[in-house]
Amino acid sequence: MKDTPLSNCERDFLLRAIEEKKRLDGRQTYDYRRIKITFGTDYGCCFVDLGKTRVMAQVSCELVAPKENRPNEGIMFFNIELSPMASPAFEQGRQSELSVKLNRQLERCLRNSKCIDTESLCVVSGKTVWQIRVDIHMLNNDGNLMDASSIAAITALCHFRRPDVGIQGEEVTVYSPEERDPIPLSIYHMPISVSFSFFQQGTYLLVDPCEREERVMDGLLMIAMNKHREICSIQSSGGIMLLKEQVMRCSKIASVKVSEITELISKALLNDKAARKAGGRCGFAESMPQERITALKTEETPMEMKDVTERANDIIQKAEAPPPAYPKLNDDRENISDSEEEEVVILHPEIPGKVCTL
Amino acid sequence: MLPSCFLCVTLILIRVRNINGADLSVTRTCRMFSSLKQRVEDVLLPGDEFSLETDDTISLTEAVKPEKAVCGPGLRRSGDRLVVCKSGVLRHKPPNVFWIDSQQRRYVPAKGETVIGIVTAKSGDVFKVDVGGSEQASLSYLAFEGATKRNRPNVQVGDLVFAQFIIANKDMEPELACIDSSGRANGMGVFGAGGLLFRVSLGLVRRLLSPHNEVRSDLETLFPCELVVGMNGRLWVRSSSIQQTLIIANLLQSCETMTAQQRKELFRRVQQGAL
Repeated sequence: MKDTPLSNCERDFLLRAIEEKKRLDGRQTYDYRRIKITFGTDYGCCFVDLGKTRVMAQVSCELVAPKENRPNEGIMFFNIELSPMASPAFEQGRQSELSVKLNRQLERCLRNSKCIDTESLCVVSGKTVWQIRVDIHMLNNDGNLMDASSIAAITALCHFRRPDVGIQGEEVTVYSPEERDPIPLSIYHMPISVSFSFFQQGTYLLVDPCEREERVMDGLLMIAMNKHREICSIQSSGGIMLLKEQVMRCSKIASVKVSEITELISKALLNDKAARKAGGRCGFAESMPQERITALKTEETPMEMKDVTERANDIIQKAEAPPPAYPKLNDDRENISDSEEEEVVILHPEIPGKVCTL
Repeated sequence: MLPSCFLCVTLILIRVRNINGADLSVTRTCRMFSSLKQRVEDVLLPGDEFSLETDDTISLTEAVKPEKAVCGPGLRRSGDRLVVCKSGVLRHKPPNVFWIDSQQRRYVPAKGETVIGIVTAKSGDVFKVDVGGSEQASLSYLAFEGATKRNRPNVQVGDLVFAQFIIANKDMEPELACIDSSGRANGMGVFGAGGLLFRVSLGLVRRLLSPHNEVRSDLETLFPCELVVGMNGRLWVRSSSIQQTLIIANLLQSCETMTAQQRKELFRRVQQGAL
């Protein structure tokens, strides 16, 4: 299915608004949208909300044979799926250009920066190593999928616990989580990508573009950095010419944003750890807020409650006796003999059920 | 021989297209009308039924007035029952119109509705217009006011058009026109320079279009603005400055889930902040 086309008047309005430094949702130029990180019940499952953009990451592990040229290193495998749930423009199964671009950017950001210690994933050198697989699913696209994916991926990797293994000579025993506690991965640093969108040939710059802004932008600059101010990856797309000062300015902005986001991730991980230790319920279902539609709610109307019981009793006494529900037995009926008498059990009348309120 | 009078109550069904484009059933019932009236303003779910309880005893002395109940969208006749097929609140407009007011964002084209479309292609004698439905609608070159074969309308790809459906059913490609039956534009046509287009739910659009509604009167107290309401859930707003246009757009988008109280409060705060 094709996405809704962008009309000329929307494009003109957005560009004019950006020239006046106004964004559609009222943010400032360097503001990120609200980031919310929640975890699932399994270790390694993480949901990230960046405004309305929603992304899910799931980490899993498997014992495999290592690559020939790296016999004592584990394998990391990344996969980004653009689900049609996210946007009508995404088709199931087809490798679109955007999907290839996102996959490649995430791999460069996480694998080439060596943020995970792959040597610790080795079990038996040359024979068995752990393969860590990160699957990222896009659940809703409202712009800036790359940033949301990178936050989700690194948070899921930090949250993940792999099973413990015991080695006796050549034999490898994998212990289940009940036998031995699973071990977290050893992560050196957390690379996070920050996206900058450029308009009017590089004159105007916006951080964290939403879907509308992405449609009218000229080019995109993605800088992946960690909190120690080390740049892990830079990518510029769209073919715009950027000046050296612009790139330096962007990297300074990125370092500020990355430190904020890293703090948010650490806090979320700590909260989750505390919740699990306390034995409280955790997981996706618990993290969804109870959203109530208040538009159809009516306010409680105050009622006059004085003398209710007296008035009720009054009414009942003054009312006529209800007509008998059964016809009176005729006198000339023969009496039922004792042997035919049966015990009659009188059931209590049912309490009128409570009306279901929606 | 006893003089006998016979009164028969017959069920006559007529299918008529109403303004909302859904099938209307006009049925003559005796008891269903009152049971429908009892449930007005109740929340109903798909599967709820109103059955025709035809009494076997019909009074021969008093005149039996057949009551017609006109069923709008969300209600469907199946056999001798009236079944609810959308979840929402049952509304009633006297004398006899009933319908289900439900929330929906996906638009289904219906004849006679005015919508905001985006021109996606020019091919031959027609424009292809995206209206948010499952197919693109076609809009002929000649369906503009004052357009002739020589004098073509000035419409580019990407322009917004405000048009009315002249054909919209599930079997054919929908067709639009920017003139009404008398040949006048009547507010329709190409528009859009300088404003902002955004999407809302169909329920909010219907609320905005109903006469004497509060949202519009609240909006009038804020800033002077132009507003085009398309029944496919698209709104277009233009005000004297970009900031005001953005404020109005955000206010309308947040109106969807607010009670009247919360909305008045929000508008009041915006008015004080703007002054």
